[in-house]
Amino acid sequence: MQEFAVILISAIFVNNFVLVQFLGLCPFMGVSSKLETAIGMAGATTFVLTIAAMSSYMVNTWILIPLNLEYLKTISFILVIAVVVQFTKMFIEKSSPLLYRVLGVFLPLITTNCAVLGVALQNTTKAHTLSQSTLYGFGAAIGFSLVLILFSAMRERLTVADVPEPFKGAAIAMITAGLMSLAFMGFSGLV
Amino acid sequence: MYDIIIQNPLYSALLALAGLSVIFGGILGFAAIKFKVVGDPIIEQIDSLLPQTQCGQCGYPGCKPYAQAIADGDTINKCPPGGQATINAIADLLDVDAPSLNSEHGEESDTRTIAYIREDECIGCTKCIQACPVDAILGAAKLMHTVIVSECTGCDLCVDPCPVDCIDMLPVQKGLSDWKWNLPSSVGEQLLASKPSGIIASDRSGANTR
Repeated sequence: MQEFAVILISAIFVNNFVLVQFLGLCPFMGVSSKLETAIGMAGATTFVLTIAAMSSYMVNTWILIPLNLEYLKTISFILVIAVVVQFTKMFIEKSSPLLYRVLGVFLPLITTNCAVLGVALQNTTKAHTLSQSTLYGFGAAIGFSLVLILFSAMRERLTVADVPEPFKGAAIAMITAGLMSLAFMGFSGLV
Repeated sequence: MYDIIIQNPLYSALLALAGLSVIFGGILGFAAIKFKVVGDPIIEQIDSLLPQTQCGQCGYPGCKPYAQAIADGDTINKCPPGGQATINAIADLLDVDAPSLNSEHGEESDTRTIAYIREDECIGCTKCIQACPVDAILGAAKLMHTVIVSECTGCDLCVDPCPVDCIDMLPVQKGLSDWKWNLPSSVGEQLLASKPSGIIASDRSGANTR
């Protein structure tokens, strides 16, 4: 039980994929200008990341390792992630057209979200079991969602804030992200 | 057979990737049938935002066809009855910038009007009944016509066909039931208005040079 808590806290705070490992920065900057879209993106990424981490583990352990094909893991994981994303896209299109309209552009982006591939590859290097892999993926997704939602809330406030002319727009967003990253360094050494 | 595959890394690699692709393709194929979207729900959503006057001022026969046209990529600023509020709502739904109303298709009027038939002058020609898109005009041939007030959308389409010009567009009287309190300006605007200027040095220098 304690081991699971350690994995979760490590993935969410200490080794946060966006602010500490700098993976998945593209959706972090791209989808964070509105809180509503950020929450939708966070939900979709959470779902995709958890399922992708689990299925990548299964593909790796049950197909690649018995056949001595570990060198194929990158391409196999990309295949797995693409299928999970496509499946999620179909599911959302059917179940929530409004969410689909909001996320339509960004859903394919999850395919190339390097945090997803990063989780799958780290699971193999850290020799996680199935439950550990799933939990690590889930924790990474929660960490991603947390910083994405926090960041989008800040950016919504920044639009009405009195920002000096040269820093308006993307510049102040980058600075904010950097400061958040500094803040997350405070978690290092927690586990 | 199994031995050959295990012994030969090339075969096993090809087989593994091909097998994975076939399985995943099967899953996606199944999902494509299972989660098939019937119709385009976005058309329904746009249609629900349009004012449903069915006036045809946009150049399409009604609100649903215009919603279809918007979904196919037409501009969203062709609806005078809806005015800027409708344009903003559709722009928000489609996540595009809100253009201002295209004046080619008519002006947005502040007061809502409905048709009124001066019944003494009506000759009972039924031409306005055929023109009305929402069937708000009652009457028969050679008998006086009248407008059902609650059904009339104020689209002006019955005014032109009338041969004796007995139809007036009258403003709706504001009563207690449809009087609206003006919304206060948003919090962001209030903040901007009340904010002391010139706290930051670059703002002061910018204000001086401006």
